[in-house]
Amino acid sequence: MAFLEKNIAPEMHLETDSDDHQFLSLSGDWTISTIGGAEDQLLEFELSKDRLTCIDVTNIKNLDTSGAWLIHRTRGRLEFAGRKVELTGVTPVRQSLFDEIEHHHPPRYKPEKGGYSIVQFLEDTGRQMVESGKDGLAMLHILGSIGLVTSTVLLQPKRLRSISIAVQFDRSCIGAVPIVALMSFLIGAIISQQGGFYLKQFGADIFVVDLAGILVLREIGVILTAIMVAGRSGSAFTAELGSMRMQEEVDALHVIGLSVTEVLVLPRILALMIALPILTFVADIAALFGAGLITWAYLDIPPAAFLTQLQAAITVKTFVVGVIKAPFMALIIGLIACVEGLKVEGSSESLGRHTTMSVVKAIFLVIVVDGFFAIFFAAIGV
Amino acid sequence: MEIDNYQTPGNSMAPTTDESEHVLSVRGITVGFGSKIILQDLDLDVLRGEVLGFVGGSGTGKSVLMRTILGLTPKRAGSISVFGHDLASASEKERTAIERRWGVLFQQGALFSSLTVKQNIQVPMREHLKLSPQLMDELATLKLELVGLPQDSADKFPSELSGGMIKRASLARALALDPDLVFLDEPTSGLDPIGAAAFDTLIRNLSATLGLTVYMVTHDLDSLHSICDRIAVLGQKRVLAIGPMGDMMKNDDPWIKSYFRGERALRRT
Repeated sequence: MAFLEKNIAPEMHLETDSDDHQFLSLSGDWTISTIGGAEDQLLEFELSKDRLTCIDVTNIKNLDTSGAWLIHRTRGRLEFAGRKVELTGVTPVRQSLFDEIEHHHPPRYKPEKGGYSIVQFLEDTGRQMVESGKDGLAMLHILGSIGLVTSTVLLQPKRLRSISIAVQFDRSCIGAVPIVALMSFLIGAIISQQGGFYLKQFGADIFVVDLAGILVLREIGVILTAIMVAGRSGSAFTAELGSMRMQEEVDALHVIGLSVTEVLVLPRILALMIALPILTFVADIAALFGAGLITWAYLDIPPAAFLTQLQAAITVKTFVVGVIKAPFMALIIGLIACVEGLKVEGSSESLGRHTTMSVVKAIFLVIVVDGFFAIFFAAIGV
Repeated sequence: MEIDNYQTPGNSMAPTTDESEHVLSVRGITVGFGSKIILQDLDLDVLRGEVLGFVGGSGTGKSVLMRTILGLTPKRAGSISVFGHDLASASEKERTAIERRWGVLFQQGALFSSLTVKQNIQVPMREHLKLSPQLMDELATLKLELVGLPQDSADKFPSELSGGMIKRASLARALALDPDLVFLDEPTSGLDPIGAAAFDTLIRNLSATLGLTVYMVTHDLDSLHSICDRIAVLGQKRVLAIGPMGDMMKNDDPWIKSYFRGERALRRT
């Protein structure tokens, strides 16, 4: 088979004629698969042979653009150094190849810069500062336009995209119920098992119910649910909006005269703001259920005693303190996801980077906001 | 070149020349999705050094056939041999060797969006060969200029290029390893007439100087007229007709007639 036969490595022979002129005779295959090794050899000839006057290509078996380029480059460098070098044995077909290549002059080769310097570090830090400033501005921008769109929706309730909200709600809430419930069940079980282990030493096992009840309802339930939702729905929002930006779908919306905030952002954020309190409630119940099972199995507290102790330990206020935080966290997750999604540029790498950033920022801010709420509730004495 | 015109499916085309001149042989290919059969018992031969133009109505399976040959869409029956090697029975090593010797230009370009144009062109070189970075840079620039892109586009990302430039950059990547066989899926669609003509000339030159074999899916009548040695028409799940332009003009199949001698085709002249 003519096409898949073995490659012959490129060879070069130096011959000297009677006039003390040197000929470089090339043979073998000069194709992109074979020239890797020949490059260095040719370089040696360039450096050492100052009587070279002719490169003969008659015996070359296969020649492609890459091989022709290498020969042309060698010849060009020699001529640049002031030596006339002829190319002989060129068939008409190969001549047209050489003619084509002669027209192209790649720029001088610049190796890629590597390594870090202090200046680079400072520059990067500065850039990141500016970038985070712009981020904050973008979030305010979207928040503002959400406010605007919400006010129009309040005046014209028809413009509220209820179907869109329902679809988003189905994805971010109904779809998340099993995993949120399972996760919270396990967390409730772990808290009461670990807590019970230590409290038992003081004979205070019954207070494990207070521990689990207050901890779950006030903090753990909402914060873990928010983290799960940030990872689940936040990343999905960013990826959806990001790939819509890559495919120019967002631009198409603009051109048709639709507001991106109204069509894409508001339904998602509203759906999330409804979904997160509901998921938090589900998480609370699942965690208390897990805690109840474990206290029964490990600490021999029967369900009836668990419930009695729970009623004494928590009030409606405990539950409300937890759930009231959920819509705010949903707003943060949704805002960050949409801002990051709309920042995606043309490449798949950018999509990946912004999706990562969306989840990381959302989780971080959820915890920060939870901290602020803790300070606030402590200040007003709840 | 002898003309092959086969009217019944399954009647395999009689080899006109030595078997070894067949760069690509497709025999009895059947491809379908679910209960829908797209291609049935299709035969096709591509000869060494020719430019084969492939035409057919929308949805007749031109792209499916190309993807099947490339191994991207599974086939239900038949055999495909490239450079004389049956793709189904080829070992991993043989398959890599074959893949190194073909280049593909996808319809949408399919450039890697996170790499610059230069890096895109260097991907096949980096993966398959050991070349010095300097030589790779020079070859990438050479390929870039060969397809008619300016040097300053080398460091741009695909998202910063226009549609025509993406086509060209993608062709440069397809040509990176100086392949023997290139598959072009609608290479001139979306190019202005000047750019399309330059593209045609480029393909013609490469075919003449490097002995490049070209398998080109196209609807550009100018390309079909000016650079294709043979034209294959896909229809009714098989190759309806194959042969040079002259034959197509004489063919009496209604679709072929309206394609090559329709109002739009005649307006050209």
